[in-house]
Amino acid sequence: MKLYEYLAKGIFRAEGIPLPKGGIAQTPEEALIIARDIGFPIAIKSQVLTGGRGKAGGIAFANNENEVTNESTRILGSMLKGFKVEKVLVEEKLTIDKEYYVSITADSFLKKPIILASSQGGVDIEDVSEEYIVKKVVDIDIGVYAYLGREIARKLGMQGDLMNEFSSLVIKMYNLFRKYDAELVEINPLVRSGDKLIALDARFNVDDDALYRHPNLPRLTEGEEWELKAKALGLSYVQLDGDIAVMANGAGITMATLDLLAIFGGRPANFLDAGGGAAVEPMAKALSLLNDTKPKVIFINIFGGITRCDDVARAILKVKKTTDFCAPLVIRLTGTREEEAITVLQENNLSAYKSMEEAARKAVALAKPASGLEGVGKCQY
Amino acid sequence: MSILINKNTRVVVQGITGKQGSFHTKEMMNYGTNIVAGVTPGRGGMEVEGIPVFDTVAEAIEKQQADASVIFVPAPLAKEAAFEAIGAGIKVLVIVTEHIPFHDALQIVDYSVKKNVVQIGPNSFGICSAGQAKIGIPPNSIFTPGPVGVVSRSGTLTYEIVSNLSLRGVGQTTCLGLGGDSVVGLSFVDILRLFEKDNETRAVVLIGEIGGRQEEEASIYIKSMTKPVVGYIAGKSAPPGKRMGHAGAIIERGAGGFKSKVESLKQAGVKVAEIPSQVADYVADLLKR
Repeated sequence: MKLYEYLAKGIFRAEGIPLPKGGIAQTPEEALIIARDIGFPIAIKSQVLTGGRGKAGGIAFANNENEVTNESTRILGSMLKGFKVEKVLVEEKLTIDKEYYVSITADSFLKKPIILASSQGGVDIEDVSEEYIVKKVVDIDIGVYAYLGREIARKLGMQGDLMNEFSSLVIKMYNLFRKYDAELVEINPLVRSGDKLIALDARFNVDDDALYRHPNLPRLTEGEEWELKAKALGLSYVQLDGDIAVMANGAGITMATLDLLAIFGGRPANFLDAGGGAAVEPMAKALSLLNDTKPKVIFINIFGGITRCDDVARAILKVKKTTDFCAPLVIRLTGTREEEAITVLQENNLSAYKSMEEAARKAVALAKPASGLEGVGKCQY
Repeated sequence: MSILINKNTRVVVQGITGKQGSFHTKEMMNYGTNIVAGVTPGRGGMEVEGIPVFDTVAEAIEKQQADASVIFVPAPLAKEAAFEAIGAGIKVLVIVTEHIPFHDALQIVDYSVKKNVVQIGPNSFGICSAGQAKIGIPPNSIFTPGPVGVVSRSGTLTYEIVSNLSLRGVGQTTCLGLGGDSVVGLSFVDILRLFEKDNETRAVVLIGEIGGRQEEEASIYIKSMTKPVVGYIAGKSAPPGKRMGHAGAIIERGAGGFKSKVESLKQAGVKVAEIPSQVADYVADLLKR
């Protein structure tokens, strides 16, 4: 779960990380009150869960009250990279003497927390060349002490008080990383303004699997309409831009199914993993959801292991009884209780493929405009 | 021969009295796995499928000489269960549980490394040494003993590919799932080393996916291997920034993409299949030579 900048900064502030003065506004009037309180010049930053806000016009500066009103009126309620801006963070505009980058995350190959820092701040870290990135791996049993921060600071070219300030900042970031089960704690840029280090931006992503032990964190949802609906049903779903809806069982095989459709010239509409051992009910819900997205074809690819093929067949029939499928179904079943499943399907005038490739080819063919199948489904598009 | 487990491995099931734990205990026994004990705190003295249940892993080791453990306990309790197993002296630990917070996984891995424990998972289907023993949840029917080692980051996709191998008459030494989470105990490299040393393994199948950089790291090692490797990478069509089911399957901050993995593997001499069914074709070809 990603947190908005202002929420991340709230958490940073509580930990004692130095930040610009600022406040959150939902209307131009509120923005003006905060601006008067801070004094000019100020920055107005749209609060959306995406990077690159500056380039997209989501960050503005104001030198007087008129500009605050004009800019906050323009930004509030506007769409920024597909997200509606509902809040702006109004902050003092600092004099920037130098920009740094610092983040803490986990390195999945080393299987340890890792601190990344750079003297080339203010740009995406993936655009900074390796020689300018300082990396320090953390032993989770030991944690982060001041010496580690000093060592990074030295490599960033800091000395004296600045070095100590940086070191204390890194300790605070690591404390937050551990305390909140964070995936990412990032300050970019971390700026030197005079003799002070200040976190100009803040990114804070928390592990969804650990949210249960952080009841005080806000619950934020991001994503497309169908992704949110699927999430509410407890399904693992990603919206794509094609027309062949996909349900498979297991993350790897679902990805492989999408790839196969694409390789055969089709366009998958979604990723939907019904789970390794899904029962009739959750699979029926998943299928109904796919049907609601009004695809051209629905492709079901099941390798029966713990998942029983006859359960899949029953889930299909359960949905078929209550709703009309808008699109032709292409079903691939193999493995546990395959014969029972085929019998159940045949009794209901449905058939299934045994081979994943054959089924994928069929799904792609049905989705092609030349297939003559447009409007065959009973639903209105 | 096989790697890590065989028919003599003595297995304790942590969480044996739960729905998943008891179901898979029976399945593992059906496969021939030597299940010697179960552990559920507060249920000591019970039996599940004729297997004695103890309150602690230490007791299961003391009374039944267990040397491997498989964890089926819910995610919030999994860290403690893993610590208990590692601390008690288990040598091979399989964590099937999904949705364990990755900070817990970081601590579990840290302890495993310090105690020299082979930690498989979290979010892994487990491990099967074909014809000998299975610790975990894959279907029993797909495996056939033979000369191919399989190592993977996903479950069902591996069943699909292993099943294809078996149908073509290409059997396996050991099949192992590293786990789909972003932080898991082992990497491809760890298992490739074992397959390289294993006398009966003649070829290796590596099933990777987008996210992280362990396929790239594996490629460096593969260059020094004497045995041929066939690969498949899932996620060619995955958009960046989206988690594709597995916590570890995400292209983020410019890293973890499909292309870099396939290219590094190919450069290391790996025959990379474009579609899953090609894997069995490629392996069968290699073994004929």
